[in-house]
Amino acid sequence: MSETNDNDDPETRPETRPETRAEPLALPLDAWHRAKGARMVAFAGYAMPVQYEGIIAEHLWTRESAGLFDVSHMGQLTVAGEGAVAALEALMPGDLQALKPGRMRYSLLLDESGGILDDLMITNRGDHFYVVVNGATKWDDIGHLREHLPDDITLNHLDEHGLLALQGPKAAAALGRLGLTPASGGMPMPDGLKFMQAAAFFWEGKPLGISRSGYTGEDGFEISVRAGDIAALADALAAQPEVRPVGLGARDSLRLEAGLPLYGHDLSEKTDPVSAGLAFAIPKRRRADGGFPGAGRIVQLLAGGVPALRAGLALDGRMAAREGAVVLSGDREVGAVTSGGFSPSLQRPIAMAYVEAALAAPGTRLEIDVRGKRLAAMVVPLPFVPHRYHR
Amino acid sequence: MSRYFTRDHEWIEVEGDTGTVGITDYAQGQLGDITFVELPAAGQAVKKGDSVSVVDSVKAASDIYTPASGAVTDVNHALADEPELVNADAEAGGWLYRLKLSDPGELGGLMDRAGYEEYVGGL
Repeated sequence: MSETNDNDDPETRPETRPETRAEPLALPLDAWHRAKGARMVAFAGYAMPVQYEGIIAEHLWTRESAGLFDVSHMGQLTVAGEGAVAALEALMPGDLQALKPGRMRYSLLLDESGGILDDLMITNRGDHFYVVVNGATKWDDIGHLREHLPDDITLNHLDEHGLLALQGPKAAAALGRLGLTPASGGMPMPDGLKFMQAAAFFWEGKPLGISRSGYTGEDGFEISVRAGDIAALADALAAQPEVRPVGLGARDSLRLEAGLPLYGHDLSEKTDPVSAGLAFAIPKRRRADGGFPGAGRIVQLLAGGVPALRAGLALDGRMAAREGAVVLSGDREVGAVTSGGFSPSLQRPIAMAYVEAALAAPGTRLEIDVRGKRLAAMVVPLPFVPHRYHR
Repeated sequence: MSRYFTRDHEWIEVEGDTGTVGITDYAQGQLGDITFVELPAAGQAVKKGDSVSVVDSVKAASDIYTPASGAVTDVNHALADEPELVNADAEAGGWLYRLKLSDPGELGGLMDRAGYEEYVGGL
């Protein structure tokens, strides 16, 4: 028995990217995960829990109750200084002028030709911006930001903070029982936050930065916490009856069902935001005024269309198609799968693929070549499983 | 009746000239939730070491290499609807396929249970 080669490209597997050290680093919750029975794997240079009781059980638990994820491998950055709005808008296409304090947006770091260097979440924290970037790309991102941000803008890597995600329909009830207090008067309780809002809180005197956001398609929160406080917070959350720890394996199947792209797989410097279906991250003012990397090309793609689009595919049968599998229309190669697997919620295999734009409309019948077998598939709208955000 | 094990975590139970093949309990634990099993066709001739089956888990697809050569006589049809049987009962009800052995001498290079357990203990 050995893993087949259909997903073995070292260039696209984050665990073998150059920043990976010989020995993966331990995250602040390392011992906590091991005590909970996690199977640890190397990911983005860290030892990370891939599963506890099993990926399908953890996945379904998150959809019906609440899952606790340790995502401390992700890069947490702050950007401060007069002119931070303009400096950041020169590197990403989001409308940061319009981003009010306590609000967050999905955005992208772009290269000069509009290729995607990373996708990220950026929050206006009032006196600074807080940015969460992918773990596998954070060192490159920090280098990119240091190189391109003006000298009077301060970039900080919050490498003494961990990040927890509490996701699922019962996340708010579980978090509500911890007795948090808002860090400043007039701010809402965590349950008062709506999707893509954020605020600062205290829990037993410990500062927490909480946003109502996540990577599962469910209601939920991401909680930035000092590394020294994270084990106590994880214990307090896991003690709630709604909450179980959930590993990276289910995080991947949940985000796939939610139609959310994964950097290094569905997105790369070779993909542009329009082909990736992320045009929503480029608001009207930025399209009109430009001033972000690759703006000329991206505006052209928005107007003239793209040759291929990121699309959802629902497969017949039970055999999964994974990254690299070729998509066919008749005998013609029309695309490639960028991530795929068995959907625990839908009980069938699903995949995301870049497909010729003319064949990317929902309802189009295609085939996927998996180890010489042709699997029937149909283009379906993303997300595969409806989002249930608290708006 | 004797059971042999491979370093790739397959088992083969031999009775006369018939072998029944599956993956070990250790293997199913490593793979996690199994969602699909691609089985060989009855009548298919297989050669020791060929990839003859694929076990798909939520995480990845894994090749199963036949521990012995021969002709496939039967497959575990229950796995079509219930691939999770391999998780629940890897070394009995979750068997994959049977074959008529063409060269029982090949079994000599495989491990017995004690040898396999020692091997897994060192992984």
